[in-house]
Amino acid sequence: MASSATAKIGVLCSRVRVEEKQILAALRARGIDHERIDPRQVSFDLAGNCLGEYDAVLVRCLSHSRAYYLTHWLEQLGVPAVSTHRVVATCGDKMLTSAALQAAGVPIPRTVIAFTPEAAVAAIEDMGYPVVLKPVHGSWGRLLARVNDRDAAEAILEHKTTLGGYVHSVFYIQEYVDKPGRDIRTMVVGDEVIYAVYRRSPHWITNTARGGDALPCPLTPEVTDLSLAAAQAMGGGIVAVDLLETADGRLLVNEVNHTPEFHGAMQATEADIAGKIVDYVLKVQ
Amino acid sequence: MATCLECAAELEIAPDTEEGEIVVCPDCGVELEVMSVNPIVLELAPEVEEDWGE
Repeated sequence: MASSATAKIGVLCSRVRVEEKQILAALRARGIDHERIDPRQVSFDLAGNCLGEYDAVLVRCLSHSRAYYLTHWLEQLGVPAVSTHRVVATCGDKMLTSAALQAAGVPIPRTVIAFTPEAAVAAIEDMGYPVVLKPVHGSWGRLLARVNDRDAAEAILEHKTTLGGYVHSVFYIQEYVDKPGRDIRTMVVGDEVIYAVYRRSPHWITNTARGGDALPCPLTPEVTDLSLAAAQAMGGGIVAVDLLETADGRLLVNEVNHTPEFHGAMQATEADIAGKIVDYVLKVQ
Repeated sequence: MATCLECAAELEIAPDTEEGEIVVCPDCGVELEVMSVNPIVLELAPEVEEDWGE
């Protein structure tokens, strides 16, 4: 392990958004030797040592598949990746996320997996309308469908089967949670929850990527404990946790993200998010 | 200054711009990726792909 003064940190990202710009600025402010690595320019011989010169790599890829393979490669070389391959693999697949949360005793909305439209319709009818259909791979609230009746269920399942790749025939069916016009987004860095914000939207999809805005949310013991438990179930490190409030006052963990965006949260928290991320990377290198 | 690849409008590039950042042309709205800051080199930004996200 190199000291912070001599460490060489890689920041793996193609697009430099507000988040990556702040992270690069935090690295500069700390005087850390670092390089941005554009995954579009990377090719690696499996017999070689490409990227082996770094003491740690912060993975900020937009593309899940690139993050998935590059974290595996980095760890094979003995280079710590943040997030780890386990975290990327688990968070990047909603079935694996929900299964890991369930196994860890973290409360989640009722979730059923099916592999044929017929089995999916039967599961939906058993769960009762409305339900939510989600792609197992996907982010930013894309391709989510609230299904209100059998006609809609059959139409959406047919479209997914006909128009999508093979992963769209893995049907992830979730109980619809009638949340109060908002959800809660927290960010976990190591063993600390560094902020919580409400994401508010008149639409049932409350992602800030879909236009939801952020408001301060108190970090109650329940929010803190659930966030930490969800992060641990994924494998720890740096993750964002989405929590749903049920009408009867319970909190459920909806999703966990391995490359958190935080531009939306910045309007509602004073936490030094980029600084915390960089300090964590320096700690694990 | 730089020139929009889509509509040829003149673009102001902020001095703290990083390679990899996206700038939006104020005239036509196209997204341009900054490939180099010295000299300024722009390319049309890639479309969002299915596996992009958090």
